[in-house]
Amino acid sequence: MEAIYGILEAILPFEFIEYAFMKNALIAIILVTPIFAILGTMIVNNKMAFFSDALGHSALTGIAIGMVLGISNINISMIFFAVVFALLLNFVKNKTNYGTDTIISVFSSIAIALGLAMLSQSGNFNKYSSYLVGDILSINTTEIIYLFLAFIAVALFWYFTFNKLNVISINTTLAKSRGINTKLIDNIFVVLIAIIVMISIRWIGILLINSLLILPSASSRNIAKNMRSYHLFSAFISLFSGIAGLIISYYWNIPTGPMIVLISGIIYFITFGIKKIVKE
Amino acid sequence: MKEQGACGLHCTKINNISVRFGKEQVLKDVNIHIHCGQLTVIIGKNGAGKSTLLKAILGEVEHTGNIKFIDMKSNLTKKIKIGYVPQSINIEKHMPTTVYDLFASCICHIPIFLKKDKKIYEEIKEQLKLFGAEKLIDKSIGDLSGGELQRVLLAIATKPTPNLLVLDEPVSGIDKNGIRDFYELVNSLKTKYDMSILLVSHDFELAKKYADKVILLDKQVIKEGTPEEVFSSLEFKNYFEEF
Repeated sequence: MEAIYGILEAILPFEFIEYAFMKNALIAIILVTPIFAILGTMIVNNKMAFFSDALGHSALTGIAIGMVLGISNINISMIFFAVVFALLLNFVKNKTNYGTDTIISVFSSIAIALGLAMLSQSGNFNKYSSYLVGDILSINTTEIIYLFLAFIAVALFWYFTFNKLNVISINTTLAKSRGINTKLIDNIFVVLIAIIVMISIRWIGILLINSLLILPSASSRNIAKNMRSYHLFSAFISLFSGIAGLIISYYWNIPTGPMIVLISGIIYFITFGIKKIVKE
Repeated sequence: MKEQGACGLHCTKINNISVRFGKEQVLKDVNIHIHCGQLTVIIGKNGAGKSTLLKAILGEVEHTGNIKFIDMKSNLTKKIKIGYVPQSINIEKHMPTTVYDLFASCICHIPIFLKKDKKIYEEIKEQLKLFGAEKLIDKSIGDLSGGELQRVLLAIATKPTPNLLVLDEPVSGIDKNGIRDFYELVNSLKTKYDMSILLVSHDFELAKKYADKVILLDKQVIKEGTPEEVFSSLEFKNYFEEF
């Protein structure tokens, strides 16, 4: 860790980098934004934006259940609940003919209501209300190591299964005809999203986490011509918004999460304009 | 894809396929035998279970019964390779998936988001060429015309050459001439390569012209035989009279 701090201080001769919390936040952003950007490409392709939003909301329930069961590490109960929630949602989605958005909405509302009710009843709501907006400046070294592990897991999963995910997203039956285990891969994908969202939610916040997943990829989709540029632009936009958001928030004294999202939002509209001009 | 002509010695047997969705029986004891070099066309109304049958054959929906691929010369059962052409795919205009991207994700494990693989690229181009679609390789699949998309999907489904080619005839985004071209292509595949073809059709006229065998399906096989037999049968008339 000390070595990384040294490198950061050497290449970034600015005032903000002198603080340990800024260094940690910067490392976290460098790790987390590409993960989100990459997962986001498929979430956007599969029109799952609402799904990942609901998943974020389920964090509250995860915390509440953890409190009730007396689990000391709240992260574990959050991740566990989110994984169950994601798999359940996937299962119900495949079983019924109702509109997916309706089902997700039902699940999402119940998760939030349950979480709020349980947390308020036990008098713990104020303690965890910070999860709503998140605070990236509070991240510590252990948590950065978790993020790094998540980074590796996503990279490996993407390397080995992206082609399959791509065929599934184009047509499930076509994927099946190519011998792809569509259900298994789809489930691993949503479980991975659940885990990543849960370990990042404390710093990004329940209300904003989905924008970090969706905006970079949605922007990239406006201008990309193939899968390679789609990934590249998405990762770049995400990384840029993250770093720029952190720095601006430091100097202007604005919360980091909202600043990052604002920058990604502006980039989305710029790419939207480019798309209108170039592609149409 | 190697041209070898149909030998007529391979046979795909679809035995006793039944599918239930909850309480509803969608397919009941469907038996179909298809020989290589034969185009078998399935007709029936909407909701007759045509697409479900294809999905059962591909193993996407739970079903009873089985599919066997038999080499009649040695009388051995082999593992069947099935190629599938969907009726429509999930696309949007200008989406960042090119024909190469889709094709490569179907046939290889090298992640397509990293870089274009030269060897695979050439292989795909070669295959597309057989369908007159090699110029489309770098185009977004969302920007293809209905006919172009069908060519690409056919090229994908026949690489590697399958024993059984299963097609869901396109119904939207493609005009009458496009559909005829589609049938011409399927017909040429039948004579050039050793494969059995199963096609779900919505166009009786073309089915009559190109099919070797027609199957009238309504949850079960109502009538099967040559196009003449089926289209002139009493079952066919009764079935479509209410239309």
